[in-house]
Amino acid sequence: MHDFPPLAALRIGLDLVQVSRLEESLARFGERFSRRVFTDAEISYCESSAAERTRRFAARMAAKEAAWKALGLDDTGHDWRSIEVERDARGACSIKLHEPLHSRSVVAGARPISLSITHEADYAAAVVLATTSS
Amino acid sequence: MPSADEINTDIRTILKEHARLASDPSTLADDADLYQAGMTSHASVNLMLALEDKFEVEFPERMLRRRAFENIAAIRAAIEELIASR
Repeated sequence: MHDFPPLAALRIGLDLVQVSRLEESLARFGERFSRRVFTDAEISYCESSAAERTRRFAARMAAKEAAWKALGLDDTGHDWRSIEVERDARGACSIKLHEPLHSRSVVAGARPISLSITHEADYAAAVVLATTSS
Repeated sequence: MPSADEINTDIRTILKEHARLASDPSTLADDADLYQAGMTSHASVNLMLALEDKFEVEFPERMLRRRAFENIAAIRAAIEELIASR
């Protein structure tokens, strides 16, 4: 007879961003917008392709909002840069949490475990799966 | 420091331009939930940056909380705090 640990609760978060609206924000506010929302690494990756730049930003914004929803920490703060979309050598993306959100998520028992992003025409979408303590 | 009414009027003007609410911001109560009224998190960033431009302030990270932008009264309180600390 084995004692299995209790299964963690799972929660998903979904978000959709209109690419043209993000383009408007970038045009209106420029770096002030990107620097408040995205990490240096995210900006570097998005800016590396003029053709894909806005879609990449939009997909990452959707991923951050989806992560907020999945983690269930909406009311604890909304520091966009504390959530980063990391991209490995194969192109697979994942969510990395930075402080102060990382500590808050640990205390809450919430952890992002999977990210899927997509973009088509004028829309970018993301789904995040997270484990939660309840 | 601008009066509370002047700040409220400016906030409503900026909401109309940036928040893309389902209803006219001029008809919203000061404590009406802006997220319930249709403001997306993306729009809240636009709103924050437009408020910074209008009132010549900068929202610090500690204020980047959903509740700081959830209604007109909360936004006005944040603006008044930032103006007072300039």
